[in-house]
Amino acid sequence: MKRPWLLWAPLAVTACIGGLAAYGLVVPKDEQVRSAMIGQKLPEFALPPATQGVLPLSNTDMGDGKPRLLNIFASWCIPCKAEAPHLEALKAAGVEIDGIAIRDRPEDVAAFLDEFGNPYRRIGSDSEMAVQLKLGSSGVPETYVIGADGTILFQHIGDIRAEHVPMLIEKLKSTT
Amino acid sequence: MRKFVPILLMLTAPVWAQGSGPTPAMANRQLADPSKEAEAMRLMHSLRCIQCQGQSIADSDASMAATMRAEVRQQISAGQKPEAIRAWMIKRYGEWVSFEPDFKGARLLLWLTPLILLLASLWLARGLFRRRT
Repeated sequence: MKRPWLLWAPLAVTACIGGLAAYGLVVPKDEQVRSAMIGQKLPEFALPPATQGVLPLSNTDMGDGKPRLLNIFASWCIPCKAEAPHLEALKAAGVEIDGIAIRDRPEDVAAFLDEFGNPYRRIGSDSEMAVQLKLGSSGVPETYVIGADGTILFQHIGDIRAEHVPMLIEKLKSTT
Repeated sequence: MRKFVPILLMLTAPVWAQGSGPTPAMANRQLADPSKEAEAMRLMHSLRCIQCQGQSIADSDASMAATMRAEVRQQISAGQKPEAIRAWMIKRYGEWVSFEPDFKGARLLLWLTPLILLLASLWLARGLFRRRT
């Protein structure tokens, strides 16, 4: 045998593959699917008002020279209830928030706003989740920072907690 | 029996926990043209559901999968090519959404590794064949 070390090569390769599998078991998995639309313009959409007494929402309502938050929520979504006070805090800090209600019914949205407050400037109803798909959004709640020119700048997946409020305000400020 | 009726009714309670919103019409209705439906079905089996992540959108009952199926059927019936629809999904959710990785960049390694390993092992084993003959 001229090169005895070669005998060990298959074992080494197998060990590498096994190591990779073991690593996959140990490392916590990031199950969030991030939108690939960050850095791109908002897709075109025009949504009807989510309930009586709120304004409808289309993509041209955003990107009119003022950065805003776009909050994707639903009345049936429990974390959305948890983030409601933090959306109010953002509103109190002068942030304009547009909402999209996902797969919702007008009466349910109305009850939700009654109970948890209405921090939204406009709320569109995406009853068939078509706009959610266009945004590359993977669930509720999600919050996007939309730049003054209508570019999607940042995606926050999951509910907004108290610690996220200053970060979102900072992101909005840094765009102007 | 009368005692069991309330218990049986209680057992059906989880139904109320299901999402109450509307489902897009095209999510669970086949296209009229069978060849187009087959085309859509093939694509739906190779797109990953964003919500229940191990399943294809054809297999999943999640509301997100329903929306994605409706989108696929609508675009197919509008004459869109399946690969263009796959690209449309990838543009929004990244490569992750497709069960069929393409032949580019690092993903090339994914396709070529079995071939490389096979060639390497044949090369390693060549001595054995020589001695036998």
